[in-house]
Amino acid sequence: MALKQVSPTDEFIKGLWRDNPVFIHMLGLCPALAVSNTAINALAMGAATTFVLLMAGLSVSLLRSFIPREARIVSYICIIATFVTCVDYAIMAISIELHRALGAFIALIVVNCLILGRSEAFASKNNPGRAILDGLGMGVGFTGALFFIGVMREVLGSGTLFGVELFPDGFQTWTVMVLPSGGFFAMAIWLLVVNWIRQRQADAEKQAAEQAGETAS
Amino acid sequence: MNAPDPLQQKKTSTWEMYRAIVGIGAFCALLIVSVYQGTAARIADNKARFLNNAIAGVLPAVRSTVEVSLDKNGALVAAAEPANLPAFLGYGEDGELVGAVITAQAMGYADNVTVLYSYSFDLQAIVGFMVLETKETPGLGDKVETEPHFLANFEALDTRLNEDGTALANGIVTVKQGEKTEPWQVDGITGATITSEAVGVILNKGSSYWLPAFERDARSFEPPQSSEE
Amino acid sequence: MNDAGYWSIFLNAALINNFVLAYFLGICPFFGVSSKIETAIRMSGAVSFVMLVASACAFGINLVLEAINAPYLRIISYILVISSTVQLVEMLMRKLSPPTFRALGIFLPLITTNCAILGLALFQTNKGYGFTQAIVYALGAGAGFALALVLMAGVREKLDLADVPQLVKGTAAALVVAGILSMGFMGFAGLGR
Repeated sequence: MALKQVSPTDEFIKGLWRDNPVFIHMLGLCPALAVSNTAINALAMGAATTFVLLMAGLSVSLLRSFIPREARIVSYICIIATFVTCVDYAIMAISIELHRALGAFIALIVVNCLILGRSEAFASKNNPGRAILDGLGMGVGFTGALFFIGVMREVLGSGTLFGVELFPDGFQTWTVMVLPSGGFFAMAIWLLVVNWIRQRQADAEKQAAEQAGETAS
Repeated sequence: MNAPDPLQQKKTSTWEMYRAIVGIGAFCALLIVSVYQGTAARIADNKARFLNNAIAGVLPAVRSTVEVSLDKNGALVAAAEPANLPAFLGYGEDGELVGAVITAQAMGYADNVTVLYSYSFDLQAIVGFMVLETKETPGLGDKVETEPHFLANFEALDTRLNEDGTALANGIVTVKQGEKTEPWQVDGITGATITSEAVGVILNKGSSYWLPAFERDARSFEPPQSSEE
Repeated sequence: MNDAGYWSIFLNAALINNFVLAYFLGICPFFGVSSKIETAIRMSGAVSFVMLVASACAFGINLVLEAINAPYLRIISYILVISSTVQLVEMLMRKLSPPTFRALGIFLPLITTNCAILGLALFQTNKGYGFTQAIVYALGAGAGFALALVLMAGVREKLDLADVPQLVKGTAAALVVAGILSMGFMGFAGLGR
């Protein structure tokens, strides 16, 4: 079976929209909902996950001929856990406050189905260059999704953005948005927006195809 | 690159399995240990700075601290290793005892609330208070962190001990907002009753545990000679 | 050593700080398996068992790690133990109850990536629970997980029969239901006093 030639840019771009891990594939939802109560936390979590995704993907790709088929899941888990531990200590060294805010979810990056999934499905079958692009794309897409959820929750739930007060004193914040329920609601709203946009895209493509069919016949 | 036909794939040899698993293991171990060692100093600095800032917030006159713990007889000794909920004796510019700092926690509304507070030996009262960690509802329970009239409770919260110095003479307890009549009561916050009650429980718990030992041993306690600050 | 009482730990894990609805752990299976009550019950059973074993093992591993002063090995050792436990459960299930094994299908190996199990192990270590406390915590977490999953499955089964707009069908609706369930569970706060 001949593989369709995927251009390097497309390798990167696909993670941002078409194959967005959070909104299309529903992967990595746990951190998406848990640490997105402020925009900063969402960005930090996204950055940490992107780092692990990148490094794990690169390692798996470099070692792909070295890892036997039977031992691959165990090896991937080991590699991912190693990089997560590194990120954990790196964040503690950068800022204790940030580490407290992200809490146990840094360690939980290890079980983010996104990373194991990409390692298994992509990095183990492609050269390091493409693995890096794929990891970056997925990571940026993931961070973007988290960021949007985080912004909605912080602006509506605390009335701030990056800690800066946005509304005059009279504004009654929707506290529910920074509570767990708010995570579910925010994600649902963005998912609806994404679905609606995709629906319109699909309709437009169908119309274009029909018109092309008409003019051709 | 075509995927190999599964039926013809040769079984991986034992050597290759061992090579892979041991190789990956070694690579991972090397990476983890390097990062751990590389960041250890920085992390220790961060933790110390965080703690010092918190302590300075509740006991401004402090220049150096010694972490203490109770040995099995209940006597005050220097802590052998950092505890989860540490307590410290605070010393001023000239090495004189200026007070003690205690951390304690208990279950609030949503999860544990952890506080840091300072005790003055001269006034026999709690003189500083700060919430370290809370997962209470934003805008409701977390008012205990910032509400001015609540924080005013802790400018001189009476914690005198009873006759034999074995327990608090009057247990610290939270009362409804506006109903505080005694100096050992905590005036609560309406709308954040459970969290403010929790604060009362925390202060009572921490003080009952540490204050008898402090009052008995702290003045004669010899701080170990180490470079503090 | 944490001095929380057993009943309080159980209530906390099951209701007040429900792993799925308050901590957002185990969301993937929560949305993946919760469309039928039957699969939900089976999945919860498997997850609860793995939680129990994982909690006990985490306690033991932590003792060893503290003895050799290697806290940095925590994440990697926990996740390796969890994967092995899941393999074990898979083998046992295949031997003891083949129908359940077939019914769960792909979801069994997916328990490894269930954040709830690793989360349980890490939380339990952070809170400094003793052995019995850790077991009670695991029981509570499993019960809470089962409760959330079964409730969700019940609602989704009914929702499938209702007239839901195309755009909202599927995960978006499930998310809103989860949000409402989560708000409902908030009512349990303050229960453990």
